[in-house]
Amino acid sequence: MKLLENFGRFWWDFIVGDDWLIAAAGVVLIALTAWLVSVGLNAWWVLVIGVPLALYATVKRAAR
Amino acid sequence: MSASAIFVVGGAFLASTVEMVEALTIVLAMGVTRGWRATFIGSVAALVALAVVVAALGPLIDQIPFTALRIVIGGLLLVFGLQWLRKAVLRGSGYKALHDEEKAYIAEVEASEHAGHEMRAGLDWYAFTVSFKGVFLEGLEVAFIVLTFGTSHGSIPLAAAGAAAGLVIVGIAGILIHAPLSRVPENTLKFAVGVMLTSFGIFWSGEGAKVDWPGGDVALLGVIAFVLAVALGMTRLLSMQRSQAIGRQKLAGEGVP
Repeated sequence: MKLLENFGRFWWDFIVGDDWLIAAAGVVLIALTAWLVSVGLNAWWVLVIGVPLALYATVKRAAR
Repeated sequence: MSASAIFVVGGAFLASTVEMVEALTIVLAMGVTRGWRATFIGSVAALVALAVVVAALGPLIDQIPFTALRIVIGGLLLVFGLQWLRKAVLRGSGYKALHDEEKAYIAEVEASEHAGHEMRAGLDWYAFTVSFKGVFLEGLEVAFIVLTFGTSHGSIPLAAAGAAAGLVIVGIAGILIHAPLSRVPENTLKFAVGVMLTSFGIFWSGEGAKVDWPGGDVALLGVIAFVLAVALGMTRLLSMQRSQAIGRQKLAGEGVP
């Protein structure tokens, strides 16, 4: 059980890293882009606008 | 070689160089203070373990449908890239201490001098495990970058060649200099890798979501330039905000209204 817990924690730290906001923002932005494309909108700009906003939010949280 | 191939090789090379400089610092500290035998065996064991991980994950990636693969690979690149860029922006603006290999080396040496001398399988277990962990954990990120970068370009060997070049150059430099590679502009390299990973992440996850990029593949160059400009601008903005906050604190401390 301990081994499984350590394994899970290792991958969480490796992928999610210091701020869960980054991973959450990535998932939300990609999902939103895919949904907008599915309803007929060429939403390439969602990631281009959303990623800098996510970066700003995470550095501001760390700088506080 | 196409522009995107150059970015794939260059990105893998820079990421590998940065991570291997950090691994070298740990290996050198262990070798100098605890002896080279266990340190060397620990490092080689970690490289073998990394090769096993890459060999196991490579064929798994081939099994994933192409559209899903582009979203997964793009998403991973995006998350890794933002993690690197976050640290780079915080370091560049003074909110986080710059990574210093000299200091990291001294800390490792001090820790190893105070550690016990447990022997297992005829090896200094502390030197073996610290070397193994250092090389494996730093190398695992490079392995992921090689797999994701390589897959995004359709050529894992190309990305692996870039990473291998970084490993060889850092290894030779470490043997020749026999000291931490503190002159490598590590923080600048991390900034560059963060920009490239984030840009590829935006582009590939967009492709996975089936967007049509204006200008097609050439849009990648625009995305790289945009992410670079945003990251530099953000670093400058945070740096200015930090200077102003320090100035206000000084004035408050001096009793100036």
